[in-house]
Amino acid sequence: MPTESLHVRCRFFARYAELLGTEELALTLPGRSLVRDAVRRVRQELPHGERMPERPLVAVNREHALADRPLADGDELAFLPPLAGG
Amino acid sequence: MAELPAVTRDPIDAGRLLAAVASPACGGTALFLGTVRAGPDDGPVIRIEYEAYVEMLEAEFLRIAAEATARWAEARVAVQHRVGPIPLGEPSIAVAVAAPHRAEAFAACRFAVDEAKRRLPVWKREVLADGTTQWRDNAGGRTPSRPSEPSGA
Repeated sequence: MPTESLHVRCRFFARYAELLGTEELALTLPGRSLVRDAVRRVRQELPHGERMPERPLVAVNREHALADRPLADGDELAFLPPLAGG
Repeated sequence: MAELPAVTRDPIDAGRLLAAVASPACGGTALFLGTVRAGPDDGPVIRIEYEAYVEMLEAEFLRIAAEATARWAEARVAVQHRVGPIPLGEPSIAVAVAAPHRAEAFAACRFAVDEAKRRLPVWKREVLADGTTQWRDNAGGRTPSRPSEPSGA
């Protein structure tokens, strides 16, 4: 149903959560949206969103993902600041 | 090799990782411990708080362990990352690999650690002696941070 809208749970961590003042955002997007469409919306709509990179590291459903990945209804899209594990 | 959580808030017990991979078929075991450190240019860091996307950290670290096992079929791999505040000198990450011979053990251990550095969703907040905090990434970059507070704040 490509014309239906998608509901995506955005999550923000560490520096991004501080920057945006929130750890979560429920986003409704048109069908056939890609990761990059969600990123654009977050950067436009959240206060200080434009201070995030245009192409941040992201994960969809707990796996690293690329900007051109299609989103599905119910996806969890995480915005990951530069990693510092180990 | 079950019962060893990939993510813990408690101190890492290297003995548990070694026990998890031990096997009579394995003649070599490699253990890597990454410990919290403050270098000479780091200022008066008193501890580091590790924040994580815990659900993904767990999934990704287990994926890395599975990839190592796929590549070195006889290797037995155990992984663990600690999160929360960690004092200087204590381990934040541990990888243990047992294999029939040392070459596979070293190679698989190094692979898992390198992939962990590259892929795990973990962030370090350094706490300095004066109470200020800063984010530190693996490329050496630093960004000022707000002091940690209970979630929901």
